[in-house]
Amino acid sequence: MFKLWLALATIGCMAGTVAIAWFFCRQLMPLARIIDRFGGRLGVIASWLVLLACLVSAGNATIRYLFSYSSNAWLELQWYMFAGMVLLGSAYTLRVNEHVRVDLFYGMISDRARHWIDLLGGAVFLMPMCVVMIWFTWPWFVQSWVLNEASSNAGGLIRWPVILLLPVGFVLILLQGISEMIKRAAALRGFHQHEYAYEKPLQ
Amino acid sequence: MIETIRDNLGPMMFGGLILFLLIGYPAAFSLAAVGLFFSFIAIEMGVIAPQYMGNLTFQLFSIISNDLLLSIPFFTFMGAVLERCGLAEDLLDSIGQLFGSVRGGLSYAVIFVGAILGAITGTVAASVIAMAVISLPVMMRYGYNMQHATGVIAASGTITQLIPPSLVLIVLADVMGKSVGDMYAGAIGPSIVQVALFCLWVLCLSIFAPHQVPALPPEARTLKGWALVWKCIRGIVPSAALIFLVLGTIFMGLATPTEAGAMGAVGALVLAAMYRTLSWKLTYQAMSSTMRITAMVTMILIGARVFSLVFQGVGGGRWIEHMLTGLPGGQVGFLTFTMIFIFFIAFFLDFFEIAFIIIPLLTPAADKLGIDLIWFGLLICANIQTAFMHPPFGFALFYLRGIAPPSVKTRDIYLGSIPWIGLQLLLVALMIFFPEMVTYWIDKHVELDPAALQKQLDAIPSFGTIDLQGLSPPKP
Repeated sequence: MFKLWLALATIGCMAGTVAIAWFFCRQLMPLARIIDRFGGRLGVIASWLVLLACLVSAGNATIRYLFSYSSNAWLELQWYMFAGMVLLGSAYTLRVNEHVRVDLFYGMISDRARHWIDLLGGAVFLMPMCVVMIWFTWPWFVQSWVLNEASSNAGGLIRWPVILLLPVGFVLILLQGISEMIKRAAALRGFHQHEYAYEKPLQ
Repeated sequence: MIETIRDNLGPMMFGGLILFLLIGYPAAFSLAAVGLFFSFIAIEMGVIAPQYMGNLTFQLFSIISNDLLLSIPFFTFMGAVLERCGLAEDLLDSIGQLFGSVRGGLSYAVIFVGAILGAITGTVAASVIAMAVISLPVMMRYGYNMQHATGVIAASGTITQLIPPSLVLIVLADVMGKSVGDMYAGAIGPSIVQVALFCLWVLCLSIFAPHQVPALPPEARTLKGWALVWKCIRGIVPSAALIFLVLGTIFMGLATPTEAGAMGAVGALVLAAMYRTLSWKLTYQAMSSTMRITAMVTMILIGARVFSLVFQGVGGGRWIEHMLTGLPGGQVGFLTFTMIFIFFIAFFLDFFEIAFIIIPLLTPAADKLGIDLIWFGLLICANIQTAFMHPPFGFALFYLRGIAPPSVKTRDIYLGSIPWIGLQLLLVALMIFFPEMVTYWIDKHVELDPAALQKQLDAIPSFGTIDLQGLSPPKP
């Protein structure tokens, strides 16, 4: 009744990734650095989107109040930017270890155990999740692209750029996850000093 | 065996969630992974159709296109700018001098400044850090009891959570499907009561334990007369302007909460420029930390939506609702249970995790029991405030520990928080017994009187019977 082969293949892939990260971490470190640098660049773009979105939104409200004029394109641009912040910035947030964890046990265990959690968690939680998300969102983007789908609001923006952000965002998280696994494996084997300790995010 | 699994996928999923979260991998990804893992099992067992997972794309789209969530970066950005710009320092200095001659004056100043900062921004860190930097040394120097001093600072920092424009209230309103305006209006009463409770406690101390909260000696009050007035104006006028810019525009209906947040953020930048603290470094730091918090929160929401999509699909929602509505004692039983549950779960879970994972499970049951959701949301909000104060994990205490000089013992910080947690719980109890506290400020929805309506309808001149092709119901 179960699709046994699919389950086995998935488990095999997970184990394979962990094994590759473990045995080839020294050779793969340059790859991890490239991914980190790339994610960092996009993180800068995502940070700028915060300021731009603020200005656009405040501008929208002011113009609507002063001149009673409102444009759907500018209103939609706000949340396009929000999507940009989240999906381009998520990978960087992962790199600086600021995705919130439940640290009831995590807070008590040793650094080595934490590296193991991140290495295995990357293979078991993060990678499958990203693959499934890309699987769902990519065809959706293709459809939107082919139909040249536009917003249903008058004067609204075309849709595909923001829909494209979804698969792109998950690809970035996937890449960053791979980089984290390599770095964790390297740290466990003593080739690398991990720099971002986990701290609960400020609120 | 298979049958048992089929029927109990909901409870199993819930157990899996707890197990996976406890491992300590980032919650956003664990949540999504649990959801997808169980969706695989559920599809294989024929509990949900494979097409059901197609809803995932709509869920993702509804998250990124949600205007209300956009206020998260705006309010966070505003707080991040304000905490570095020097407004809080000015306020504390001037109000502290103003109340200095009264016993407990510095405590009152901290409470009021906490409330004012709360009404401007929505982040706890900003208030606690500012107050700990400015007021704690002064309080120590003039012989305030250490436990009282740390307690009042931590507690006054956390009232930000309840006072509009709080991010917590925005998120709760969104999760519960209620209007943010109503949520804010409902929060006015409890916020006032909370400030009053804190002040009463300081008053009690100044009567029964005056040595804990001495008045400032005259030589400590350097500013007098016009200099003091000018300093107060300098602190209060910009704050009042920002409060109007954010809250005023929301309550007057001029701007949506999101736009008000954006205006507040721009206002905060202008203010920082006025204080001559605006720099590229400050702005970029604020932008970058805002981006990371926004990404973190939204990813949790994405994970939580994946989880709850599958959880609803396998009937987990019905299971929880059934269990909660079946609690003995109806409304009171439900409220008691949920409030105790949230009080304890807040030891382990971040507010956003509670809001996106736990609250959607509780809301349908609350609604079914006839509980006003705005009232319920505010109860949760008042309750979650205590999470910032619980030793040893409370954020407010954590910040305080980070800022306070080493001569302040951690033990004092922990013990000092206890009376204030008591006061916050007292607020929750008062809100349960006097719901008017919440409902008084909310605009009454206009009740339609059917008879009057009919009369008005009758008064409209009749057009005779027009048969609109295709619009009128088919004749039997």
